[in-house]
Amino acid sequence: MSDFVEGLIYLVENSDEVLYHFRGHLELVVVAELAALAFAIPASILAVRHDRIKKVVLGLGNVGQTIPTLAILALALPLLGLGFWPSILGLWAYAILPIIVNTVKGIENVDEEMVEAARGMGMTDWEILRSIQLPLALPVIFAGVRTSIVLVIGTAYLAMFIGGPGLGVMVVGGIQAYDWAQVIAGAIPGALLAIGADLSLSRIERYLGGDGGIDDTTVAA
Amino acid sequence: MITFEHVTKQYADGTVAIEDVSFTVEEGTTTVLVGPSGCGKTTTMKLVNRLEDPTEGTVYRDGTPLSEFDRIDLRRNTGYVIQEIGLFDHMTVGENIATVPRLNGWDEDEIDARIDELLELMDLPPESYREQHPPELSGGQRQRVGVARALASDPDVLLMDEPFGALDPITRESLQDEFLKIQAELDTTILFVTHSIDEALKMGDRIAIFDVGEVVQYDTPQAILDEPKNEFVEDFIGSDRPLKKLKVTQVEDVMSPPTEEVATAGGVADATAPVQSDGGSTVSPLEPTDTALSALSRLVASEDGRLPVVEDGDVVGTVSDEDIRRSNAGDKP
Ligand SMILES: Nc1ncnc2c1ncn2[C@@H]1O[C@H](COP(=O)(O)OP(=O)(O)OP(=O)(O)O)[C@@H](O)[C@H]1O
Ligand SMILES: [Mg+2]
Repeated sequence: MSDFVEGLIYLVENSDEVLYHFRGHLELVVVAELAALAFAIPASILAVRHDRIKKVVLGLGNVGQTIPTLAILALALPLLGLGFWPSILGLWAYAILPIIVNTVKGIENVDEEMVEAARGMGMTDWEILRSIQLPLALPVIFAGVRTSIVLVIGTAYLAMFIGGPGLGVMVVGGIQAYDWAQVIAGAIPGALLAIGADLSLSRIERYLGGDGGIDDTTVAA
Repeated sequence: MITFEHVTKQYADGTVAIEDVSFTVEEGTTTVLVGPSGCGKTTTMKLVNRLEDPTEGTVYRDGTPLSEFDRIDLRRNTGYVIQEIGLFDHMTVGENIATVPRLNGWDEDEIDARIDELLELMDLPPESYREQHPPELSGGQRQRVGVARALASDPDVLLMDEPFGALDPITRESLQDEFLKIQAELDTTILFVTHSIDEALKMGDRIAIFDVGEVVQYDTPQAILDEPKNEFVEDFIGSDRPLKKLKVTQVEDVMSPPTEEVATAGGVADATAPVQSDGGSTVSPLEPTDTALSALSRLVASEDGRLPVVEDGDVVGTVSDEDIRRSNAGDKP
């Protein structure tokens, strides 16, 4: 318990340092998540249309989650060197699966009769996607995004191993220096960020019509 | 006008849904496709707006092969009530109805007015229903919205796949009656699917009776009842064929010329006045467009063997159970 208190004291006394790493952490999360969204949503839409693409896309997403993030980071090393962007690559690979699984599932679970009615009334595939499938799938897609964000917040601690920014710098540095106060001071903001993100996103999800519950999303399709 | 010419549809998995089907739906009339489950009714319907294309044969719209139409344009000009209704749950009733007008680029003002007009027509007051979502509606209300949505952009052709299926008999009956009235005001060519022979006889100007994959008989309700083509049709109509016939026969087709007796002795004034039935309730006089069945039921209830038929205050004929019996036997007076 005293370690925890010392951690809090460290946090207050070194608030500038903590804030700096926190901001780095946040940057990793935001950039990786945006990149994941930019890839996963269009890929999922294509996947729903074409069975062959679906296999490839889901396969890629699964690989991205199965290979340990550290391994991806290591693999990115010779390619991108050290620092921010290789870290983004690793986190991105980790973030896409939940979004893909949920977007595909969400679109596929839209009642076939609504799609059939829409097609019968003369909507094009694109119009059906935009005004029927995506709106109805939105809560499920959003649940995937929520899972993905929470995962990335945790995984971003590893970025420091390939020279990336973030709270991992404090935690790993603290471990190496046997400075438990620093470790805890680095861990607390990440934990709060994850919990806060999860709570507020699940609230939005409920507003969108989802259940906002404990996620059942990473079960691969 | 819709024409099927030797149309065969085989699905990718090898199922032959319909084989060598030919018939014509005349402009402004209602043709009912009726038959047991899985006999190819929905498939036939989907060929009309090119949700499916025939593997052999041709479907024409006003003489032009459908393959010359753009699928999307064709569908936007064809009303379609799918078997499962398929209302969009995330949209309001109003937005659902607005779907095709929006696709066709109508003004929002026009669309607004049209939504209200259709909701009135379907007996769903716009003030209470426009902003509701489909999951909040009853089955009967959803079916009405489905029909309103299909009518929205005033299509030349209306496809209705069991639009009143899955309803209790009373709601079903009243929707049928309402739709018959609406239909009389539209000059839409309607293709109507049902698996109920009663509904077919009631709704159709013409009926196509399907057995698995083929049209067994295509005729007017009267002709089908008079001369069922084979045992399948006979079985499909059921053992109460005479009663069904009375339902599609009008009084004016069976009545005898007015007799001296009724016209004078009873007096026109008497004949046109409501009569007291045995049950104690008053029954208004028969009109030429009443069904033979209702004439018969009034004959049974009244003490007279012969009832006057009245049109615009004049006695235009009389009906006895003899007249009805004779018409049911096939020969008209
Ligand atoms: N997309 C499809 N692929 C393969 N077979 C199909 C397809 N759609 C329908 N069928 C088959 O074609 C036959 C006719 O089906 P259809 O839906 O036209 O029948 P229906 O008369 O409308 O039946 P119901 O009264 O049950 O609605 C059935 O054997 C059905 O299984
Ligand atoms: Mg069907």
